[in-house]
Amino acid sequence: MRYLPKSDSDRHQMLQEIGVPDTDALFSHIPAEYRLKRDLKVPRQMGESEIVDYFRARSSEMVAGYGIMLGAGVYYHYRPVVIDAVVSRGEFLTSYTPYQAEITQGTLQAIFEFQTMICELTGMEVSNASLYDGSTGVAEAAMMAVRVTGRSETVIARSVHPEYREVLRTYSQHQGMPIHEVDFSEHGRVDLKALDAAITDQTACVLIQSPNFFGTIEDVAAIAEIAHKKGALLIVSIAEALSLGIVKPPVEADIVTMEAQSFGVAPSFGGPHVGVLATRERFVRQMPGRLVGQTVDKQGKRGFVLTLSTREQHIRREKATSNICTNQGLVALMATVYMELMGREGLKELAIQNLAKTNYAVEQFGKNAKVLFPGSPRFNEFVIQSGVDPLEISCKLAGQKIVGGLPLKKFYPELGNASLWCCTEMVSKEQIDAAAKAVAQ
Amino acid sequence: MAYPKNYRYTKEHEWLKVDGAIGTIGITDHAQDSLGDIVFVELPKPGAEVTAHKSFGSVESVKAVSELFSPVSGTVAEVNGDLATSPEKVNSDAHGSWMIKVKLKDAAEVNDLLSADDYEKYVAEEK
Amino acid sequence: MNEHIKKVRQNTSQNEGLIFERSSPGKRGYRLAPLDVPEVDPAQLLGNAVREDLGNMPEVSEFEVLRHFTRLSTWNYAIDLGMYPLGSCTMKYNPRVNEAVARMEGIANAHPYLPEALAQGTLRIMRDLSDALIEITGMDAITLQPAAGAHGEMTGIMMVRAYFDSKKERRKKILIPDSAHGTNPATAAICGFEVENLRSNHRGMVDVSALASQMSGDIAALMLTNPNTLGIFEEDIHKIADLMHEKGGLLYMDGANMNALVGKVRPGDFGVDVMHLNLHKTFSTPHGGGGPGSGPVAIKKVLEPFLPTPVIYSKQDGTLALDYDRPQSIGRVKAFYGNFGMFVRALAYILANGPDGLRQTTEDAVMNANYIRKKLEGSYDLPYQAPSMHEVVFSHRLQSPKGVKTGDIAKRLIDYGFHPYTTAFPLIVADHGAIMIEPTESEPKEELDLFIDAMRNIAKEAQESPETILNAPHLARVERLDEVTANRKPVLRWKKP
Repeated sequence: MRYLPKSDSDRHQMLQEIGVPDTDALFSHIPAEYRLKRDLKVPRQMGESEIVDYFRARSSEMVAGYGIMLGAGVYYHYRPVVIDAVVSRGEFLTSYTPYQAEITQGTLQAIFEFQTMICELTGMEVSNASLYDGSTGVAEAAMMAVRVTGRSETVIARSVHPEYREVLRTYSQHQGMPIHEVDFSEHGRVDLKALDAAITDQTACVLIQSPNFFGTIEDVAAIAEIAHKKGALLIVSIAEALSLGIVKPPVEADIVTMEAQSFGVAPSFGGPHVGVLATRERFVRQMPGRLVGQTVDKQGKRGFVLTLSTREQHIRREKATSNICTNQGLVALMATVYMELMGREGLKELAIQNLAKTNYAVEQFGKNAKVLFPGSPRFNEFVIQSGVDPLEISCKLAGQKIVGGLPLKKFYPELGNASLWCCTEMVSKEQIDAAAKAVAQ
Repeated sequence: MAYPKNYRYTKEHEWLKVDGAIGTIGITDHAQDSLGDIVFVELPKPGAEVTAHKSFGSVESVKAVSELFSPVSGTVAEVNGDLATSPEKVNSDAHGSWMIKVKLKDAAEVNDLLSADDYEKYVAEEK
Repeated sequence: MNEHIKKVRQNTSQNEGLIFERSSPGKRGYRLAPLDVPEVDPAQLLGNAVREDLGNMPEVSEFEVLRHFTRLSTWNYAIDLGMYPLGSCTMKYNPRVNEAVARMEGIANAHPYLPEALAQGTLRIMRDLSDALIEITGMDAITLQPAAGAHGEMTGIMMVRAYFDSKKERRKKILIPDSAHGTNPATAAICGFEVENLRSNHRGMVDVSALASQMSGDIAALMLTNPNTLGIFEEDIHKIADLMHEKGGLLYMDGANMNALVGKVRPGDFGVDVMHLNLHKTFSTPHGGGGPGSGPVAIKKVLEPFLPTPVIYSKQDGTLALDYDRPQSIGRVKAFYGNFGMFVRALAYILANGPDGLRQTTEDAVMNANYIRKKLEGSYDLPYQAPSMHEVVFSHRLQSPKGVKTGDIAKRLIDYGFHPYTTAFPLIVADHGAIMIEPTESEPKEELDLFIDAMRNIAKEAQESPETILNAPHLARVERLDEVTANRKPVLRWKKP
């Protein structure tokens, strides 16, 4: 086996030193009836070229070279090649959680830079080193709000990603955390009156998304006022991290959580991506996940360490803020490299390009179909209502190497033949024109 | 380290000083010494109820959390806000760095606590 | 330079500040393609939601970014550099073909909401991996959705909860041995269970008589790690499973230590009802500086109705599809289908090994641990004498009279060119003195011998010059860092001076 660095004579010698006749002797204390006496039924050992062939075959069963107009929590943006050059370095790829600070300063400093940039972008004061993804970020944020306020209920907008809401329900079901959903208005934003009515003195947090699942930007300031008036925290989940390049950050929020996949992370059929949770300094001890802090060594040299670890499961066990252990290290590093490459100007310029593409698409689609939620600002997604089933549109577009929008009937039956479309910088004008035409027919 | 004679002590290493209806609570020098560098003290808010021998907060070192147990029952009247920013004061002056002041519910509870001499003996035995 | 330090010698490494300290207006690390649609006025489109500027985000050139991270990378220790014997973490070789195939266009660029007809390749990968993992574990079904081991634990214990709820039984407690990983009790708490501690016997195994007296109709499950965190196989596993099942309880297995079992023993065969795997441990997906992980949960038939949605199934025409209509499901634990990129890597690893390779891998991992055990016995105290599997746990009992603790020995190992082992865990080793060593199958004999040599020398130093150890590491880029101040006055981000 080519991954195993032993010759038969090495093994022989080692077994002799251990003082056993053969390898099986090392397993002899396991009750015999449980020892497997046959080969596992998995494919036979393959050569590297065969492995590549297997995955090439799988890859070719997918779409390649298509214009993808799907968003809904996963976005196509260009990934600069420097990202993979950095994360392919074995020193990052094959290192682990930086428990031993003296020999993991590289990872630690990179996380410190990540935390800093997340704070700059979101307008929050502290950020953790990442969570699994945007959906678990929502659940962790709600549980954090329950700890901070001592209240139990969450009021969540229906304009939050449906799968994120499902995850929140799963996490909360055994924790005595009732969840109330608030509808959206005809503008595709939280219905403020309904929201106001839903908040009680037991509401720990109001949880919204902005841009929300429909790509619409919520009136965060107004929602914050409603939440805070009744002593609830405001949690804002950001559906599309790139929006922060041109959309005002939710500075009125108490906790911001987002999916940062847009920052240089491949869609990869839904994961691994990278969740973010940022908040106010005064809540830091209720935060889940790893945190890196700056300090000095004995010589006074700057260095970084994992800090405030008493919040975590390995110390507090059943009283921990979360059972989370690993974070999304390498994926957070991709996002860090991306944010540094794009920087202050690049994120803005790219965000404006997305805005322009989407604005153009809305104009074109609007000629042939009803674009829902008029009057509200949006980033790079929009919802249309078509005369035909959106799947028909998709089938038509497949022939032109375009993947159309996501049918919404499954999540929002009341919207009928609605579908959610996304236009990033990766979608060309020709593709938008072709899609807009298909919608008409 | 001298344990003030006018304080009473628990086997969980807290001290209590009584002034009329108010009991002042902190941790002993022995406790701070075995905890090591204290980095955070988590305390209840004024108005909270505390119960004798039940947890009312925690102290943290870099890699450990220890519960704080109240010597007596009562209502928290005051909290030492100083410790939020300067937890190291518990290390440098454990018997001077009080944590909470409690309005006593049952003054008789105080009688169950250890005297300075008994506590010192208890600590010596524990070692 | 100490002549006993054979594996490394000091070399210079580059200084590098924070990226923000390199930033200056006008530098760029990107260039966008020109816009092919009309330009827009953001202020007009967004109104008062428009952002003015991006604060102190850096402005640097591409090469500076590359050099920045290359320099930082040289400050890290990694498996690619040498042995990384972090017990219970299984730091094994991360094959590069895994990385190559995960980056293939159709795979890396697959959107999770692609119509099923256009996603047969990714669904096939999930199905093939599921089939392999079910066979390896001896279980009946699996979900790949959990994003990490702890997430898998939560998923598994929620399924346990749903199972009892479906039978209208309200069992309140989960039993957890005192040797367990901290995620186990944290998980039980999140799922609304109370934790009841189960003590280990003097051999470091579950005390079967304690279990017999503690097991009752109030206990939903036992969360067992097998081999346990001492690297010891629970020899009474059949009695443990029977005791649980007799009283209607379930046996959960934390699969953190599957690297000791693959191809040799199957948890499904010894009575486990539900277990999670860590693809980043056993199945070679990279640890990446702390993630991403992946924590599939394999189950017996009785728990199948409760699997998270969606579940993959084959349609009549042989194509694969996703089933969302599962009324008894615990729900989703994560958006989409899990850390798919890790599935690709794990499957590539299984294909590269085949049945013979997987078995040989386990045998080598166990042999390496036993070799270390044999060679370090005498130099270090072995608190539990039961046979070791893939890892061996010593204690610092022989060194602590000199003031040298497990954490100090660990720091000294850095000077010898190794990553430290896991310190102070499991907690059942007296005085928090555990020295937990997991070499994995990936280490050649030469590297093991260097490690053994280093550990023996440190044991000698502990007697002769303990201060050398207490002030270690001496050769790292930074000395021991001031963690007390980092905790008292946390500085968690850079701020513009």
